[in-house]
Amino acid sequence: MDLRYTASEQAFRQQLRGWLAETLPGFGAPPPHDDWPARRAYDLRWQRTLFDAGYAGVDWPAEGGGRGASPVEQLIFKEECERAGAPYVGVNFVGLLHAGPTVIAEGTPAQRERFLPAILRGEEAWCQGFSEPDAGSDLASLRTRAVRDGDHYVVTGSKIWTSHAEVADFCELLVRTGDEGNRGISWLIMPMDSPGIEIRPLRTIEGTTEFAQLFLNEVRIPVANRVGEENDGWRVTMVTLSFERGTAFVGELLESMRLLGELYRVADRLGMLGDDGLRRRIGHLVAAFDALWALTKRNVSEAAQTGVPGIGGSVFKLSFSEHAQALGDLSMEVLDRAALSGDPLVGPDGEALGNGEQLHAWFKSINLTIAAGTSQVQRNIVAERILGLPRSR
Amino acid sequence: MDFRVGDDERALAEGVRAMVAGRLPLEHLRANEGAEQAIGAADWAVLGETGIFALTLPEPAGTGLGLSDAVVVFEQLGRALVPGPLVGTFLAASAGLIEGSADGRAQVGLHCAGPGPILVEHLSSLDGLLVLPAYDRRSTPRLLSPAPAADAPGAIRVAAPLDPLTPLWRLESLPAGEPVADAAGHMMRDGSLLTAALQVGHATEALDLAVAYAKERHQFGKPIGSFQAVQHMCADMLVRAEVARAAVHAAACLADEPDVVTSEAEAAGCSPVELVDRAVMGAKLLADEAALANARTAIQVHGGMGYTWEVPLHLHLKRSRVLATTFGAPAELALAISAFV
Repeated sequence: MDLRYTASEQAFRQQLRGWLAETLPGFGAPPPHDDWPARRAYDLRWQRTLFDAGYAGVDWPAEGGGRGASPVEQLIFKEECERAGAPYVGVNFVGLLHAGPTVIAEGTPAQRERFLPAILRGEEAWCQGFSEPDAGSDLASLRTRAVRDGDHYVVTGSKIWTSHAEVADFCELLVRTGDEGNRGISWLIMPMDSPGIEIRPLRTIEGTTEFAQLFLNEVRIPVANRVGEENDGWRVTMVTLSFERGTAFVGELLESMRLLGELYRVADRLGMLGDDGLRRRIGHLVAAFDALWALTKRNVSEAAQTGVPGIGGSVFKLSFSEHAQALGDLSMEVLDRAALSGDPLVGPDGEALGNGEQLHAWFKSINLTIAAGTSQVQRNIVAERILGLPRSR
Repeated sequence: MDFRVGDDERALAEGVRAMVAGRLPLEHLRANEGAEQAIGAADWAVLGETGIFALTLPEPAGTGLGLSDAVVVFEQLGRALVPGPLVGTFLAASAGLIEGSADGRAQVGLHCAGPGPILVEHLSSLDGLLVLPAYDRRSTPRLLSPAPAADAPGAIRVAAPLDPLTPLWRLESLPAGEPVADAAGHMMRDGSLLTAALQVGHATEALDLAVAYAKERHQFGKPIGSFQAVQHMCADMLVRAEVARAAVHAAACLADEPDVVTSEAEAAGCSPVELVDRAVMGAKLLADEAALANARTAIQVHGGMGYTWEVPLHLHLKRSRVLATTFGAPAELALAISAFV
């Protein structure tokens, strides 16, 4: 085990750090949370800025137009971007992290040519149509039906938890083309301006419209937009998931570490640090986040050598999500009644309390044990695939 | 960067595991339960011959390895429930204290001074006793050589020690001893790390025992490991062990590799010394918690059998409890780490 970065990894970091320091001050502040058209424009502009500097698709293989960076360089990229306060991947998320890698691995040359450059250049945004109202953890039971009609599929059904649906150009869509189960599923690219798509925003517990539900009523999608063979969409999806190189929650982890520091300073200003119990909870979170940073390096190292992050992905998510929630709960207690306000407040010293940011993080943390595989499903995966316990279902 | 457990480290761990399984198997070690000496001189010599205490000493006296290797070895000693003053003897050997500590001819105890009664482990086997404060760089370690006599007036053997393989003596007072030069605080750092590594071993063995039992024990016509309630307890055990292991390994690498410390300290906005302390204390905290929680959970998975003397889970629980009281209890560590946020 060796935590030393190589000379080329260090050079990559220095060059990136210099570029971020030069670029970020003039880039401008992000738009309001709920202004999706403005957020689309902002996020795409950031993607274009990355592209112009040669940092677009850092984790994409070179044959897909990416930088082909190693998992360790991907880690450095995420670490430096987070520490420098660079914009989040935002509306580029699905294109860069799911749809793009899928098209690289399984798409035809024509599909690659059509879709990949636009993602890298920040010209088109994607959304995801996987989950359904009746197919969540049990995704393979999805029922959105695609019926062949000449050179089109006619798609009817409903998708849910679709982020950025209102501002996306394309949707990576899982549909049922065959029998029940995971062998009757196909992977389609659905243009979001197709007739028959109704987008209904879903209000989250935070009151924002982070997700939407899609209602698809006889939407016609060209057969040429199918990635992979008909009824082979489940395997295509699994290929995409294997692109995850152990860096999935790096940004969130580093943000939690920063928020913990902010919270400590607020507790200090409020004269609360005489409370040993409070300090112990803070100290415990410092230790946990440091350990998760170490585990991230382990997972990334595993991915660098074997192509997949090994057992670490589920282990990391289970632990991180619970510690992020513990941090959120702690911040609510420290802020006490200030946590009842989403509007920015100041403390008795006249300085900002950062309550809005902590409140937002608390809400987000609640979703961490649900999104991308609930903690209960993650535990099933750990128990059955890692520990080799007999299947429970 | 390649933070995987490498082939050499894996081979080292497997070698230690095989050595212990062959020469110090659990049924052999358990024969000493409740005895005045938890591990006899011949068995201790086996550890010495294997090079356990001289891992980080330069060749030819030792093997010239780093702490990142030592933690891998100590993890295996914890898994196998090897008793005795392992950490104290390692520290004495590394510092060149007490003739014979490096090659298994001497046992050097460790006493982490704190408030409360003075309870010294393994006293009648000791050739020397290191006295270290809780994790505090301002204090100087002291060496008592020879160790206080176990049969002296004022030394009373505890009739019912918590861990049947960690005999205890209650002393009225400890002699002052001689200060040990340790300006860099390495004794505290290395002792904490190795103790944390033992704890990771206990956490791992408890998990393995629970999983094996859950696969073989049937109720309601199925292995209990097919029930999600049991599966999820096992999954949580793995998470605790893996997170703690990553923390221990990272802290050991930081201790071994000063240039990494410099760059990481810069990112964390603290001094290199603080960074290592924070990593070591955090690792000890998480390893303590993982060992204690996993032993408890493994007992629960075993049901009534877990509550019996026969099943060794209580030994892991009890040893973890002993180790959790050295180099800072979890509550003290959490408090100390909060200053590094």
